[in-house]
Amino acid sequence: MNYKTLIKSVLLIIVGTTALAFCKKGAATATLASDAAKKVYVAPGEKDEVYAFLSGGFNGQMSVYGIPSARLFKIIPVFSVFPENGYGYDEETKDMLKTTHGYVPWDDSHHVEASMTEGKQDGRWLFLNANNTPRLARIDLKAFETKEILEIPNSAGNHASPFATENTEYLMAATRFSVPIPQSSVPIENFSKGDFKGTVTMVKVEPKTGRLSIELQVLVPGFDYDLSHCGKGKSHDWCFFTSYNTEQAHKMLEVGASKNDKDYILAFNWVRAKQCLDQGKATAHSGEYYRNYLPENKPVVSEKISGVKMLHPKDCSGMMYYLPTPKSPHGTDVDPTGEYIVGGGKLATVIPVHSFTKLMEVKDKPEHRTAEIMNIPVLKYESTLAGEVKKPCLGPLHTEFDGQGYAYTSCFVSSEVVKWELGTWEVVQHLPAYYSVGHLSIVGGSSKEPYGKYLIALNKITKDRYLPVGMELPQSAQLYDISGRKAELLSDFPTVGEPHYSQMIPAKLLMDKAAKIYPLEENKHPYGIKSEKEARVVREGNTVRVYMSQIRSHFKPDTIEVKRGDTVYFHITNLEQDFDIPHGFAVSGAPEMPNLLIMPGQTRTFKWKAPNPGIYPFYCTDFCSALHQEMQQYIRVTP
Amino acid sequence: MKSFFLRKLNDKNRLLVIGVGLVLVGVFFTPIWHISLDAPQYPEGLGMQIWVNRVVGSTPYDLKNINLLNHYIGMQEIASESIPELLFMPYVLGYLIFGALVTFFYPRIWMVCLGVFNFAVLGAVGFYDFWRWEYNYGHNLNPEAPIVVPGMVYQPPLLGCKEMLNITACSYPSIGGMILFAAVFTLLFLLWTERRRFLDGI
Repeated sequence: MNYKTLIKSVLLIIVGTTALAFCKKGAATATLASDAAKKVYVAPGEKDEVYAFLSGGFNGQMSVYGIPSARLFKIIPVFSVFPENGYGYDEETKDMLKTTHGYVPWDDSHHVEASMTEGKQDGRWLFLNANNTPRLARIDLKAFETKEILEIPNSAGNHASPFATENTEYLMAATRFSVPIPQSSVPIENFSKGDFKGTVTMVKVEPKTGRLSIELQVLVPGFDYDLSHCGKGKSHDWCFFTSYNTEQAHKMLEVGASKNDKDYILAFNWVRAKQCLDQGKATAHSGEYYRNYLPENKPVVSEKISGVKMLHPKDCSGMMYYLPTPKSPHGTDVDPTGEYIVGGGKLATVIPVHSFTKLMEVKDKPEHRTAEIMNIPVLKYESTLAGEVKKPCLGPLHTEFDGQGYAYTSCFVSSEVVKWELGTWEVVQHLPAYYSVGHLSIVGGSSKEPYGKYLIALNKITKDRYLPVGMELPQSAQLYDISGRKAELLSDFPTVGEPHYSQMIPAKLLMDKAAKIYPLEENKHPYGIKSEKEARVVREGNTVRVYMSQIRSHFKPDTIEVKRGDTVYFHITNLEQDFDIPHGFAVSGAPEMPNLLIMPGQTRTFKWKAPNPGIYPFYCTDFCSALHQEMQQYIRVTP
Repeated sequence: MKSFFLRKLNDKNRLLVIGVGLVLVGVFFTPIWHISLDAPQYPEGLGMQIWVNRVVGSTPYDLKNINLLNHYIGMQEIASESIPELLFMPYVLGYLIFGALVTFFYPRIWMVCLGVFNFAVLGAVGFYDFWRWEYNYGHNLNPEAPIVVPGMVYQPPLLGCKEMLNITACSYPSIGGMILFAAVFTLLFLLWTERRRFLDGI
């Protein structure tokens, strides 16, 4: 940082803080004066207007809220086991968490992406990344359940993921931590010598079923790839990835990775990459990974796959360009028209906006290039620049769009959201956030057609906002009404885990499609049964299979005898075909197995090693009927 | 008067008779009666439809869920297979349609009267049978049922609504039933016009 920039920054901090103090007071009175409570009130029996799907950060889950009421509806377990309903424990779902590292029952989930058709939300699936053990999940929006998890090989820290192309042709996944690829034990100081690399992975989404597969990986320089967004309209063929630590520091990154005045946004032409793949320019590369998925009405299938196709930038010219972007850019967001690529330089004093049209004009002209890294041309900053929002705030991170020509950028350091106008690059409003805001979400705000009524700010810190509950406070989101000329704070609500990113989808797109039951006749579970008549106990040596049915308010068979040491599989089918009648199943003292919630028409398996002789009760845990308390029975274990 | 019954129908009424016959074919393809159940825990309602040859739920799973509710009070399972009337009801309907066809080719007023008589007798028997059917389901309860409310019977109404415990049961004709009623009224209307023609000496 040069002397001048330092002065600027200090000045900005002073200005920012003063503005912040001023705004805070203003916002509080504004909220009181207006009738914000009315705008978030959803009367009993009425429904919310919008679904908000919030990732849970370090809890590895996704939560579903109603907006504007901010009521929590559901937690969907994705990468974390969930004893409440047995996700990750039963024979059907435990393989969802299988990886080449073994069973990994947790992850750090950051970015929710909604499936799109022609750049608009289509309400089919949501996708979520696992940052720690690189994975990517597909959540079905009929059942609101995780249906598939794909491991990403040759990646370490799947952060810039899973960002979808305009028709969900592909999901992009770029690595946060560059590592030796393939893995090897090299001195860590070799990071700066080019021994460490990153990858950009193109994950293909099968249009009908949503099934995921790795189509291609592209080897990229060993930087840290942070976030991504794909183009739309004219920029359909392109995805944009931010990178930091282009200094390739490997110690004290806090300082070492903050030296360069500009890092890069990587512009990646995925259509070109696919072309090169089809022309045979990619080569077979090592990399083992698991693909775990739930086919309709069947138990999970877990497959181990070996090898990927790897493409080197040198073998595919025109595929990648670096756009210098100040300074340690975090977010990269494309506006609804597909023209503007907004960088969020977390240490920058401006919000830089690149023009896609300019990028197309200059990308292949040598006079607009300054260097090449691994055969990837570096373009001049000014050559692709559409404009800069000057002194917007401190620590600009992420930008979403309202479809009315305005952009909203979150500012982590000054804890605010700035509203600014595309084209004039003028800031029109500062909205305080409480506190340290990361991502923002506008209904449809990352799509071609924002619905643009609500904005939520996803905050990291909530000091003084709620009753204290020990040293860890709930993380928090804030809801703003952005339909008017001035955005207005409507409410604060605590969240489950860290609300890292979110997709908000209008309720009308999803609510009528939500599944009510699993049709029993379509149940293809090998150990499922269709009626009580088929309920039975089958012994195969030391293995006992109990084909068990559940219906209000009994199990069949209801009393069971097994021998000590038997491995008992309770294959339980819920015979109900009524909305909202799941049944539970729990065995007293069962180690390693929590409760199972079995949906109407579904079969799930509870594995139990018969312990010391005795009588072991089991019962239904999900209150199901007037005789719910009678839905209980015994297993006798004989010597 | 005898000459009135032996009179030929005029062409318009002859067409009306065959029209009634054709419309009656529609009863094969629509439910005759509809019984709905409303309870607080079923805000979307539960319903069953009685067709000429089967009993089904209003949605694919309603009948199953009605039976599930009924099992608490020990009511027999409602299933098409256990209702023998459903086996011959299509023939009865066929007989009525056949009657319309015969009347078309042999268009006499007494034939229409016979049709009305048939409707009246079959209707009365039908309603009695339906009532008996409801009576049996409502009264013959399993004494071992989990819920026994002394003195409580669960007979749904023949027509109209009735509260039973926390459930409101309503019973009304459906499209097929309305067709049947309309058919009778059409025949009566036909006879009335023929009578007026007769009295006017046309």
